[in-house]
Amino acid sequence: MLRIQGVDRSFGDRKVLDDVTFTVERGRLTGFVGGNGAGKTTTMRIILGVLAADRGEVTLDGHPLQPEDRVDFGYMPEERGLYPKMRVAEQIAYLGRLHGLERGVAMDRARDLLDRLGLAERADDPLENLSLGNQQRAQIAAALVHEPRVLVLDEPFSGLDPLAVDVVVGVLAEYAARGVPVLFSSHQLDLVERLCDDLVIIAGGRIAAAGAREELRSAVGSTRYELTTTGDVGWVREVPGVEVVEFDGGYALFEADEAVAHGVLADAVRRAPVKSFTPVRPTLGEIFREVVADAVPEDAR
Amino acid sequence: MSATTTARPPRPSTPRLALMVAEREIVTQVRTKSFIISTAILLAGALVAIVAGALIGGRDDATRVAVVGPVSEVVAQADGLEAVPAANEDAARAMVREGDVTAAVVPDGGVLGFRLVALDEAPGEVVATLSVAPEVELLEPSGTDAGLRYLVAFGFGLVFLMSAAGFGATIAQSTVQEKQSRIVEILLATVPSRALLAGKILGNSALAFGQTAALAAMAVLGLVLTGQDEVLAPLGAPLVWFVGFFLVGFVLLAAMYAASASLVSRLEDVNTVLTPAMMLTMIPYFGVIFFNDNATVLTVLSYVPFSAPVAMPMRMFLGEATWWEPLVALVLLLATCAAVIAAGARIYERSLLRTGPRVRLREALAADA
Repeated sequence: MLRIQGVDRSFGDRKVLDDVTFTVERGRLTGFVGGNGAGKTTTMRIILGVLAADRGEVTLDGHPLQPEDRVDFGYMPEERGLYPKMRVAEQIAYLGRLHGLERGVAMDRARDLLDRLGLAERADDPLENLSLGNQQRAQIAAALVHEPRVLVLDEPFSGLDPLAVDVVVGVLAEYAARGVPVLFSSHQLDLVERLCDDLVIIAGGRIAAAGAREELRSAVGSTRYELTTTGDVGWVREVPGVEVVEFDGGYALFEADEAVAHGVLADAVRRAPVKSFTPVRPTLGEIFREVVADAVPEDAR
Repeated sequence: MSATTTARPPRPSTPRLALMVAEREIVTQVRTKSFIISTAILLAGALVAIVAGALIGGRDDATRVAVVGPVSEVVAQADGLEAVPAANEDAARAMVREGDVTAAVVPDGGVLGFRLVALDEAPGEVVATLSVAPEVELLEPSGTDAGLRYLVAFGFGLVFLMSAAGFGATIAQSTVQEKQSRIVEILLATVPSRALLAGKILGNSALAFGQTAALAAMAVLGLVLTGQDEVLAPLGAPLVWFVGFFLVGFVLLAAMYAASASLVSRLEDVNTVLTPAMMLTMIPYFGVIFFNDNATVLTVLSYVPFSAPVAMPMRMFLGEATWWEPLVALVLLLATCAAVIAAGARIYERSLLRTGPRVRLREALAADA
């Protein structure tokens, strides 16, 4: 388990991380979401030891991280970068060697990975000759060549075509299944929602919410209900404790707590045949907006 | 990616990482067309220059002089003149007119008994040869021929300047390229910045040294092949010292180039930030060439760390340095080198992840980046 504990970080007078605390569990995919400038990249850089924290620490299974531990980390920075003029397989192997692999092993792994990522034919071309999407795949190979024990990926899906997204999703799931803590950030909330087991939401340098996705969904925001009947449901607006969000003849979307909602359902059944009654969990996008809206005003500059 | 879990390799030690970085620098550089071509031109140029020098210098350059009758003895006794017999004075004049000979020596009733005939100006060399010159006593004779002094100063200076400027620029480029392409972030997540800096300096120093050694080998080969190897003898010891000073001096400059380059994020900005390092590279070159006959300035330059690699071997070649002087200069150079590397590593470490506008030197040295 990777734990980030009470991390502060300032650049000059600007505090970009304020008491950031969250965990990345083994065997679970943890999504890291936040607006631009919320502090995602800084947090990841601190986890990787590329930046130092002003306060707080990062621990792996309870031990403070040492530079030697980080040799096992796989990292994909947001600002993508490899050597433009170096051959693809060669530079992936080079990075593998820096992580401690033997020369031959590193080259074999590099070729295997490139093959799996659909780049086998371009393995001996200079990186700059590849299309942007293929460079992105090479970047993923660079993060995985040494079979990392912890994965930290900043926006791994940006710039990937849907096929490549599927490949990467498969790889991440495979790593998580092996018990590797996987932390990744993304702006594509639908993708995060589909993939993640756990969520960390950061806003204005503070952790606005963190936890299992389903728990967050029920904890954040009131649950909404969708009611469709053959009759008119205008009467729902008169029920105490109900706030109707949308209404159209036989359709109503309303917020209420569970007991009130069940009362509404019982009433509806008496009045007209009910076609459907569904609790609507908030989407990640809605959770995100709500959490961030709560967090940001405090930090409004 | 294979499902098998392999034993964890240990983290490579910093020196090993530095060696890997150095290896990549060398392999990448050696593969570039510009490196291959420039090295080939350099080596071929050195060989051509030496062979051409031998051909021009070695040509029988005796001046041809037409002689008439008994005066031919005068010419025969003189060094550097080749007597070309002419039937009579008119024939000799004709040879001068046609340019067959530089001048003609013809009998004359004067004090010397002969007279020179030339085309449109007095033939200085022939006049000097046939004149009686007074003895000259030099109170402070120069140990070494001025032309050779200049040549050696020029040679040492040029080799050092070319290597330092050329490979300094390569180090700077490679530093900025890593910053610009952002791979530096991936590297720093694995490799300590000191290992990165050390590897860069090591790799490029090896290249600079290798290229210079090849150049020297080519020069020696050329001199031996053309039978001019007597020039090599007095160069021996200074050359060994030059090699030693070159190595340390180059590392000093390389650290400066890398640290300077780490302050900027784009290749376009490299030149401005390299100016101080460039100036310090130029000093030994111009200083030693301009002041190669000024003992005081040369002595000072031979202790200043930036010019010592050129000036000290130069003074040794001239026989003006006592045995302990190069040692003192070398210690000074090593100390400066250590200090600059320490400062350079600090700047490098603190600037590598700062992108955007140029990082101010003071910020890089002081603030906790």
